[in-house]
Amino acid sequence: MSLDAAAVARIARLARIRLTDDEKNHLAAELSQVMDWVDELQTVDTEGVEPLTSVVGARLKTRSDIVTLNVTRDEVLANAPEATAGFFTVPKVVE
Amino acid sequence: MSLTHLTIAESVKKLESGEISSAELTEAHVRAIEGARALNAFIVETPELAMDQARAVDARHGKGERGVLEGVPLAIKDLFCTKGVQTTAGSKILEGFVPPYESTVTANLWRDGAVMLGKANLDEFAMGSSNITSAYGPVESPWRRQGDNRPLVPGGSSGGSAAAVAARLAPGATGTDTGGSIRQPAAFCGIVGIKPTYGRCSRWGTIAFASSLDQAGAFARTVEDTAIMLGSMAGYDPQDSTSIDLPVPDYRAALGRSVKGLRIGIPKEYRVDGMSGEIDKLWRDGEAWFRDAGAEIVEISLPHTRYALATYYIVAPAECSSNLARYDGVRYGLRVPGKDLTEQYEATRAQGFGAEVKRRILIGTYVLSAGYFDAYYIKAQKVRALIARDFSNAFKSCDLILTPTAPSAAFALGEKTDDPIAMYLNDVFTVPASLAGLPGISVPAGLDSSGLPLGLQLIGRPFDEETVFAGAAALEKAAVFTAVPQIMAV
Repeated sequence: MSLDAAAVARIARLARIRLTDDEKNHLAAELSQVMDWVDELQTVDTEGVEPLTSVVGARLKTRSDIVTLNVTRDEVLANAPEATAGFFTVPKVVE
Repeated sequence: MSLTHLTIAESVKKLESGEISSAELTEAHVRAIEGARALNAFIVETPELAMDQARAVDARHGKGERGVLEGVPLAIKDLFCTKGVQTTAGSKILEGFVPPYESTVTANLWRDGAVMLGKANLDEFAMGSSNITSAYGPVESPWRRQGDNRPLVPGGSSGGSAAAVAARLAPGATGTDTGGSIRQPAAFCGIVGIKPTYGRCSRWGTIAFASSLDQAGAFARTVEDTAIMLGSMAGYDPQDSTSIDLPVPDYRAALGRSVKGLRIGIPKEYRVDGMSGEIDKLWRDGEAWFRDAGAEIVEISLPHTRYALATYYIVAPAECSSNLARYDGVRYGLRVPGKDLTEQYEATRAQGFGAEVKRRILIGTYVLSAGYFDAYYIKAQKVRALIARDFSNAFKSCDLILTPTAPSAAFALGEKTDDPIAMYLNDVFTVPASLAGLPGISVPAGLDSSGLPLGLQLIGRPFDEETVFAGAAALEKAAVFTAVPQIMAV
């Protein structure tokens, strides 16, 4: 599985990480190497095998729909790089 | 004996009798940490908090019931959220993040009277096997090769925790293990490290890397001390839907169990090509020790072992790419402005994440993307099912599995950094049990020819940490590992 710089750019766009051209070239080689290595899995016979999503195997418990977290709005916003009037703020999204 | 050389069990005894105070014990460790800053084992030291907690413990001495860790100072991996104390996950993207809440695991430790010395360094978001990916600089192992003063890696990702315990900066430390991040650094630093069964400790408030694999555990210098710590950390937590509602057994009591008649499985597939003679000998020593103690050695087969690393390097990055999507520069941590929201995301994540984290996010994004999801992610989950099935079949004919913890002793800072796959191979013996969610422990068992510690791993059945501890205590007794690192608090 070979990935070129353009493929890396598409993946990086999906992951919202800006890369320099140098990084794209470098990562294309590294990611290709890793993907070649994991390609070994294609040789395993998994016919009829259910994908394992949880090792616990327990049924999820339900709980009462009540607020349990005692954190105030101001405490939460205290870590925000920018907050105004009780809200997180971001650059203008809608014109 | 110096206070920094006491085990947790010894400290608890002396604190209870009043022979020493928690303030004395804590201050000795605070001073030791100050004197060992060259190791870079801590991202944040919390001496004032530690002394306040210690004095509070001393003030209630003799009043009411004592917690199992009453007055014992510990290092906390900087992946556990600690209320009011910066928590970074070793990443620049979380620099300055001060959680308004406490992780369940650390809350349990404080409930039982433990004292926090500081936040231990780690690989960025726990992704690494050498602690070189931390944005706060690498951790140095307190060990040195004979006649060679080059700094060595402590292993990773819980490198700061392991280095701190080995260097006598803390008698115990928390860690987390996703593919070997407790067991491998324990082996590299010559100490004990336990990863319990997935679900045994709550993940609530522990910064997520790969949620189906991440599990908290403990480091200490004796098996008994890790049993004491895990007993405090473990337990059901309704805030983590994957935490298991089972009573936590008395792990310390399990240490006294005989291993006579236990069947110890030796997986033939772990005798990998090119295994060093020293590792092979250590493994055979382990077999002999168990045989001498009356256990039976049985050969077992885990036929899908050779696919474990490749499976892990699809599943873990996939979950990482999803979990780390939350670091967007909006709600916490670093923000790098951009002309619109997308540019802000891209600039923030470009600057905030290090190279290894970016690599894993990109691999994960790729294997989850349209057109590749079935071929990679679903395929890996199916192979994971086969790996888990191998273990449940093996446990029909054995009670514990014995393997080396890592394929080599610690390497020097700067070695193995060019090739990501060479670094990933460090986890070849620890990843399979992680994929199956099984408990595993590393016990220091010998030294290599350059005088560096080597560990043996025991893997147990799901939720049977008691047998794991019993086996580990037997190994510890037979190995008589008394070597100490060259850099150590007096």
